Amino acid sequence: MAVSSKSNLSSESVSWYQDQNLQATLIFITSLVVILGIWELGARLGFFAELMPTASATLVALWGWISNPFYDYGPNDKGIGWQLVVSLRRVILGFTISSLIAIPLGVYIGLSKVLSKAIDPYVQLLKPVSPLAWLPLGLGLLKNSEATALFVIAITSLWPTLINTKFGVSNVDPNYLDVARSLGASRWRIVWKVVLPSAAPNIIAGLRISIGIAWLVIVAAEMLIGGTGIGYFVWNEWNNLSITSIITAIVVVGMVGIVLDRFFAFWQDLVSFGRKV
Amino acid sequence: MTISSETHTALPATTTPVILENVQKIFPGKQNWIDRRLKRSTLGFIALEGINLQIQSNTFVSIIGPSGCGKSTLLNIVAGLSLPTSGSVFINGEPIRGPGPDRGIVFQNYALMPWMTVSDNIRFAVETVHPRMPLSNQRKLVQRYINLVGLDGAERKHPHELSGGMKQRVGLARALVIDPQILLMDEPFGALDALTRSYLQDEIQRIWQEELKTVIMITHSIEEALLLSDQIVMMSRGPAARIVSILDVPFPRPRHRDELDQYPHYHSLKAEMEHHLVQEARAVEESRI
Repeated sequence: MAVSSKSNLSSESVSWYQDQNLQATLIFITSLVVILGIWELGARLGFFAELMPTASATLVALWGWISNPFYDYGPNDKGIGWQLVVSLRRVILGFTISSLIAIPLGVYIGLSKVLSKAIDPYVQLLKPVSPLAWLPLGLGLLKNSEATALFVIAITSLWPTLINTKFGVSNVDPNYLDVARSLGASRWRIVWKVVLPSAAPNIIAGLRISIGIAWLVIVAAEMLIGGTGIGYFVWNEWNNLSITSIITAIVVVGMVGIVLDRFFAFWQDLVSFGRKV
Repeated sequence: MTISSETHTALPATTTPVILENVQKIFPGKQNWIDRRLKRSTLGFIALEGINLQIQSNTFVSIIGPSGCGKSTLLNIVAGLSLPTSGSVFINGEPIRGPGPDRGIVFQNYALMPWMTVSDNIRFAVETVHPRMPLSNQRKLVQRYINLVGLDGAERKHPHELSGGMKQRVGLARALVIDPQILLMDEPFGALDALTRSYLQDEIQRIWQEELKTVIMITHSIEEALLLSDQIVMMSRGPAARIVSILDVPFPRPRHRDELDQYPHYHSLKAEMEHHLVQEARAVEESRI
């Protein structure tokens, strides 16, 4: 090799092409180019359905939406930024409602084995229910589309936080409890100073799954409820047969999802102190 | 013993702070309705039986015995974390009601709260025991014990940034900071490597001479028991473990590990302990076959 560096004990010299991060990035970029190329060619040569736009047209549309996110030309023509703001507001509200129920309830249940067992059938029964199944129930009972959206988000994002909180609280290292008990700590102090911080990584792991579900649910909920929001945007653009806008929405929804997930991952790291969750 | 008649006077209580009378501990088996129907009910497990022990003030007592003989159960009973099934335990002449700040505990796996810094872990003990103490006094007290165990400079570190030896120093400081009369240690050096272990043993000896506590330590190591203790309690194998004998270790202090074998009784004590432990361990193995 031409690279004849002096043998360095402190840092192993690695050729640039052996860097794994670089390799991964290269594979990612190459595969992206290949996919976009097949898409472009296929669309131009008419391999796909008639509605399928070309990759270049989609990228142009994507840039069009992203470069001007906050315009407002009436109820059916708003920038994608406004749609996101409306959807995020709903998600955060619904998620907050669910967290305010799930965390205290999870702590309360987690502290008692009997309650854990008693509540478990409800959790197991309701957890796998699709968000769409809750929608008519919400509309029928609440008679308000906005409240129904919040209800559906809250009830579907409730379970991961509830289950994780319960798990974290009931699995506190018994040695920590012995330490607190041997010092004569009150039950209240044990819950605040030992149980909650000890369960914090689990609780936030639950919140992280919950916010993901809330963001997943919003598109479906808004499609059916209407008004504004990224879900309604997708439905509206489908009625316009604007596939480029739908693909744009998919990419944007995904990116917001990543941001939400990273935020909770960061928060999780902050309370873990070397523990693995 | 006749100690119980003396508990009304003030002095004997301070000279014999720990008294166990005929302590028995049974862990209940599966006895509920469903288990009985399914014919899978089990009998209770008798962990300890007929334990009588009196520990004098400011002595260092080691408890040694084969694995699973109920040493930790015994320590938990003295700590008040577990109640005896029958028999009584007196701390300073008072029957035990539960855990209390007159007893400090050092755990084998350190049991430090990962989310608290070194000084917060120690201050948690101070704050729990003295909730009304002003914060500045709490901080001073914590700093004093951080100095005592030689952790200056590590105050703001979290447990996951510390080595095992440093973690156990924090555990020790946390147990000592509430100034307990009795220090209970459950295999405090069991998880440490040999060098750290011997270093911390010397530290324990130094701190014990500075702070004067009654210490009960569980150990697996004959050398450790001989180096540190005034008395060694030898227990038989479980189930229904009992105290087989109590050895006095009359070596002068401070003791040095490299001179220990010069003392006249060293080899006979060691031989006696080894004989007992080997015999018990063999019986445990045989009972498993």
